[in-house]
Amino acid sequence: MSLRVQTMPGAMRALTMRLGDEIFAVEANCVREILEIGTVTSVPNAPDFVGGLINVRGTVVPLADLRVSFNMPRPVADEDTRIVVMEIEIDGEKTVAGVLADKVHDVTDLDAASMEPAPRIGMRWPQGFVRAIAKRDNQFIIVPDVNEIFARSIAAAH
Amino acid sequence: MSQPDPVAIFRQEATELLETLEANLLQLDETPDDKAVVDSAFRALHTLKGSGAMFGFTAAASFVHEFETAFDRVRKGEKTATPALIRVALQARDHIMILIEDPDSAGSEGETLLAALRQAVEGEAKAEAAPALVIEAPVAEAWPSGWKISFSLPADALAMGSNPLLLIDELAELGPCDVRARIAGVASLDTLDPTRSALGWEVVLRGDVSRAQIDDVFMFLSDDMELTVEALGEPASEAPAPAAPPIAEAAPSLAAAPAVAPAPAPAQAAKPKTKPKTESPAPQKAASSDKSNSSLRVPAERLDALMDRVGELVIAQARLNQLAAQANDPNLKSVAEDIERLSSSLRDTTMGIRMVPIGTLFGRFRRLVHDLSHDLGKEIEFVTAGEDTELDKTVIEHLADPLVHLIRNSVDHGLESADKRLAAGKPSGGTVRLSATYAGAEVAISVSDDGAGLDPARIRQKAEEAGLITSEAKLSEQELFQLIFQPGFSTAKEITALSGRGVGMDVVKRTIDGLRGSIDLSSQMGLGTTATLRLPLTLAIIDGLLVRIGDGRYTIPLAAVEECVELPLDADGEGRGRAFLNIRGSLVPFIRLREVFNLSTPPGQYQKVVIISSGDMRVGLVVDQILGNNQTVIKQLSKLHAGVRHFSGATILGDGTVALILDPMQLATFGQHGDGTHAEQTFGRAA
Repeated sequence: MSLRVQTMPGAMRALTMRLGDEIFAVEANCVREILEIGTVTSVPNAPDFVGGLINVRGTVVPLADLRVSFNMPRPVADEDTRIVVMEIEIDGEKTVAGVLADKVHDVTDLDAASMEPAPRIGMRWPQGFVRAIAKRDNQFIIVPDVNEIFARSIAAAH
Repeated sequence: MSQPDPVAIFRQEATELLETLEANLLQLDETPDDKAVVDSAFRALHTLKGSGAMFGFTAAASFVHEFETAFDRVRKGEKTATPALIRVALQARDHIMILIEDPDSAGSEGETLLAALRQAVEGEAKAEAAPALVIEAPVAEAWPSGWKISFSLPADALAMGSNPLLLIDELAELGPCDVRARIAGVASLDTLDPTRSALGWEVVLRGDVSRAQIDDVFMFLSDDMELTVEALGEPASEAPAPAAPPIAEAAPSLAAAPAVAPAPAPAQAAKPKTKPKTESPAPQKAASSDKSNSSLRVPAERLDALMDRVGELVIAQARLNQLAAQANDPNLKSVAEDIERLSSSLRDTTMGIRMVPIGTLFGRFRRLVHDLSHDLGKEIEFVTAGEDTELDKTVIEHLADPLVHLIRNSVDHGLESADKRLAAGKPSGGTVRLSATYAGAEVAISVSDDGAGLDPARIRQKAEEAGLITSEAKLSEQELFQLIFQPGFSTAKEITALSGRGVGMDVVKRTIDGLRGSIDLSSQMGLGTTATLRLPLTLAIIDGLLVRIGDGRYTIPLAAVEECVELPLDADGEGRGRAFLNIRGSLVPFIRLREVFNLSTPPGQYQKVVIISSGDMRVGLVVDQILGNNQTVIKQLSKLHAGVRHFSGATILGDGTVALILDPMQLATFGQHGDGTHAEQTFGRAA
């Protein structure tokens, strides 16, 4: 993982969203659409991280909650809650998954200069889950490594 | 739509023809005198030769031609298909396969094979002359009278849609023909207009045919064509010299009529050994035209796309139904009912298209057993049953490899050598049985042998050596057998070229898991082993029973449902989640799904039990409410939910919500073994 942090990509166009008290940014290229939250079917005995299924235009898509991965409180959905439908890569295979966001902000360009690799120590979150920390208007933005988070969730389920 | 690659189409067609040929040859092994089978094999060869040459597979075409020549003597009834001949013929068939798949890699064994083939046909009585020339005489003598017909079509006939080859075929159906083309009118290549008919034909038709029958053939064309028909005199003197092979002359017509299918290329036909093929065009054409009436080749992707559309239609229709039910408009209701009827019959038809009888697969194994029997020197009777059982195409495609492994195992490890069998009081020849039957929502395919059976003690010992289990572990026989499916496990004392390396069974298991199926082994020492694969009928759409558990709605595959009963109020209260119901005298275990799913909401007052069956297991599922039937379009769960058991997929209901599909097989196993955690964690399906 450390390797990937060092060879971090430069500028990225990102979708920013709020999870709990933190602002997260995901690669805008991977985002397919943003949906209001509809009926979520819960999957009994599934891990909390992917506890639900949603219908995205006739396909069944798993709904993931990054707040579980980052040990954040999970308040119930309100009018700001959105589902960000993303393409992720699992074992080299493209998969579509929904990611819950407490609020979706905007699409913004994060330039390389404003981004720093995640510090190795002093992090509240599991190693490898954060690709970088970006700074914008005196605010820290977390760039999560979404693929890694999903890969670990699958590994843990087996 | 892009044009399909003709060479790829030829390869596919050739593969099918070779399969037919193989099946016919194996059939001949059992019934050497079956004329129909000989003819069928011959037709396959002939078509292969024709289209092979047309697509530039000259090496294959000329090999097939030699093969055909040798085999023709069998067809003429001069020789019978001896086992030795069949064996060589099968090898020759494999060689053709190589020539077609990868012409450059084929070695020189072709000549050797042909020599062996000729020798096998000749048997003891070796004729000096080349077989091709010997054959001519009896044919000519057999037909004492006939006609000499010469005709040519008007120049624009091809453009008008006439096909001279069809005329010739029609003539050939009346009786054996010698066909010669008059090629004098053909322009040189650079000025040739392929849409103009420049050829004329002379046909010598032998047999008891009336003039009227011949006129019938040309009925639709006689106005502007040139046609003369003369009665033949003494036929023996009329017999054309075999040196001028009709095939060679039919070839230029390929240039004139590019739309016409199998026609050998000139390079091929120029071979001097070519023997007049008097009868074969007729049956071959007849066969292929029959085929075009009854079946149609469609790329699999198109079927898949169709299936997707039908899936969407079914979901949309469910939504319409729901709206109609709310709207209270009789007109809308009646339309919704019509649409429902149409979509469900469309669904059934579409599913039917994808269903393929498993017999297509069984044919391949006959060859496998035939070869194994020869290689291992074991006498094996291969019995198949249930070839008509139909399975989804995708399932069938994935089944070939697992079944090869299982059959090899049966033949190699299962069946003992003849001496051992006699010593054990069994007949010297072993039997391998491959059968398929419907079992509820599943198809059960079993491979059984009457060999030595599995030895639980040896499996146990091996498993301990391999560190798979500890020596204290208490395992039932069934659990021990399941160890065979662990990677790297093999009890074979010696490794043969075929099996014993311990790869294979784990592959079998993985493949079957991937198809949402299961595999059982049962065995009795000294009596034999049976491996049974259970597979879902289809991977696409099923009829489901919609139930409610807590706040969630779930679908149970209807084919697995046996009956629904009320949960008796006095039934074993909450607790271990497992109890028994008395269903007409038999005890059926039941599980409370709300407990399995860890739901906290209070149960409904009148809970229902849905009795499902999987294989020979029955189990009751306690649900809160039964909502009704629905058509369920199965959507696979993503890898993210691979670890979740009890569900085989998900579907989308009429109102757009997602419902999970319960997996009867998992739940039945779960219900039978109580919490079953140990067994399932160790041996359970990967879901």
